Amino acid sequence: MRARKQTLKFRNRPYIISAYAIGGKKEGEGPLHDWFDECLSDDTYGENTWEKSESRMLKTAMTECMRRGGKTTEEIGAVLSGDLLNQLMSSSFMARDLQIPFLGMYGACSTMTESLMLGAVLTDGGYSDNVMIGASSHYCTAERQFRLPLEHGNQRPPSAQWTATAAGAMLLSRGIEGNSRDGSGGKERGRTKNTGTELRIDGAGNVYAQRQIRIECGTIGKVIDAGVKDSNQMGSAMAPAAVDTILTHLEETGRTLDHYDLVCTGDLGFIGKSIVRDLLEDAGVSRKMIADVYDDCGAMIYAPEQDIHSGGSGCGCSASVFAGYVYRNMKEGKIGRALIVSTGAMLSTISPFQGESIPGIAHAISLESVSGIMDRQKGCRK
Amino acid sequence: MMTYLYAFLIGGGICVIGQILMDATKLTAPRVLVILVTAGALLQAFHLYEPLVNLAQTGARVPLPGFGYSLAKGAMEGAKENLLEAVTGGIKAAAGGITVAIGWGYLIALVFNPKSVR
Amino acid sequence: MKQDKRNHAGAPDDPKMKKEIAKAYENYSSQFTPKPRYFMNAARAFMSGGSICAASLWLEECFIGWGFSDKTAAVCVVMILIMAAQLLTGLGLFDSIAKFAGAGVVVPITGFANSMVAPAIEYKKEGIVLGVGAKLFSLAGPVLVCGITSSMVIGIVYWIMGLF
Repeated sequence: MRARKQTLKFRNRPYIISAYAIGGKKEGEGPLHDWFDECLSDDTYGENTWEKSESRMLKTAMTECMRRGGKTTEEIGAVLSGDLLNQLMSSSFMARDLQIPFLGMYGACSTMTESLMLGAVLTDGGYSDNVMIGASSHYCTAERQFRLPLEHGNQRPPSAQWTATAAGAMLLSRGIEGNSRDGSGGKERGRTKNTGTELRIDGAGNVYAQRQIRIECGTIGKVIDAGVKDSNQMGSAMAPAAVDTILTHLEETGRTLDHYDLVCTGDLGFIGKSIVRDLLEDAGVSRKMIADVYDDCGAMIYAPEQDIHSGGSGCGCSASVFAGYVYRNMKEGKIGRALIVSTGAMLSTISPFQGESIPGIAHAISLESVSGIMDRQKGCRK
Repeated sequence: MMTYLYAFLIGGGICVIGQILMDATKLTAPRVLVILVTAGALLQAFHLYEPLVNLAQTGARVPLPGFGYSLAKGAMEGAKENLLEAVTGGIKAAAGGITVAIGWGYLIALVFNPKSVR
Repeated sequence: MKQDKRNHAGAPDDPKMKKEIAKAYENYSSQFTPKPRYFMNAARAFMSGGSICAASLWLEECFIGWGFSDKTAAVCVVMILIMAAQLLTGLGLFDSIAKFAGAGVVVPITGFANSMVAPAIEYKKEGIVLGVGAKLFSLAGPVLVCGITSSMVIGIVYWIMGLF
């Protein structure tokens, strides 16, 4: 019997032809402001319930992403998305409006890479030419479902994390021919028709070649439970799962951490990030390597002075950072290879009351940015 | 004038106990409230809370153990009459606060909308 | 040791072992967790809680001065505190105050009042009966249940004791 492999290698390496990230008001005031494609000025987004606001945020991300990728709803084979609400309210209501075949995903805050993984499977396997994926979360919907009401006078402990009001969407495609009528979202850009390489000119007059981003392989994570019971300790509950997935990925691909220019976990926050660093170091990864490439979306999305205690969390946190910061940096070639690892805490609203601990999960996706249509990296193909 | 000082000290002291319960243990605010109310009622059942009330007045009555105290005190006074009074005495004594909390609270909830995060 | 935790954490073979791992991991992760500022929080709670109590004493004496009986004055003060706290909750100010004062406003009756309105106001869109009406008690319910149950038990015990 062959041993199980958790890492999926995508032979055709599907392209991510466009991405769109929306952040809420607080996220827009944070350090990643410029990397969001859109920031809300009002967290209600003009809707009368928070759930509708979240759904609309996800819908906007999806439609804008589709427009950028130059596809119509008819061309999209399926939309895979998820959120934190019971019965995936935001996602299914978004899909109701878009009228694209829909698969609801739930991986708690790991939904972004979970959808990305399955979206890549659909496109890589040739079942769909184009697949939309996405995830969203909203502070006001998640908080009242999982914790205490907004207006309740409670003090958040220092380990608490702030559910990000954000959504991210990506459009996966088998090939890049005929796509990118509108490449990166930057306003000033040119394009050389012959090579298929888009050029982007930044404010300083530098010319960048737009690169294509491909999904190379992905590692499906196991549910790891370290026995943390405090729902204000999400970071430390999820850290072991993230470490397990990262190490499994490195082991199965035979790589070292510095194969990547960026290894980014989803929403561990400041505490979880330091635990991951420590555990990785313990597993024999050099400290310098970790310091060079490792970061965490939850620790990136807010500035410490925004009074968010241990950082951001929620599906939208990793979704918007991957679709915004990571994607655009890769587009511009600043990041060559990235391992994105969304992490999720698989607790329900009732499980903490039943005395259950909080299991964590993490899925890793390896992205590579290649110039134009050239097939440069053969790393994962055997 | 001394009563003011006692009210301040005892009232503040009870709040500190609550704060420590919330910070040092993993108890959430609602659980701390339940513990304090029950503690107030039980202390009064052994006549231990009354001296504190005599000393500090509102300092002991305004914090939540005082709510438990007035419930227990009402029940204990009712018990001197008959069984019915013993059962209903507690809630009778605290009826004012409970009624206002429900009625006014309902009105407030109907009038105002939740605010987004600041 | 840490290596062990990572590898075995997911294996639910032996409940005792699982518990030990959980304990060890908790200790391990606590070194990364910043501690709450106990002293600062306690000092703030003490000052604000004490002030609320002293202010209500002043209010109570005002009521007595206006010719109310001691008992009525006490009830009036409690009512005013509750109404004020709920109004502040409605205006969206209570959580900001509580963030600073902590238990100083949560432990006085104001915290109880807040815990009724806070969930109710959020579930407004779910209707005025099953939303607001039901959620009014989602946090405050346990307080009422425990308080009233213990008062009933105490009453009955005292009544039985009075028989002999």
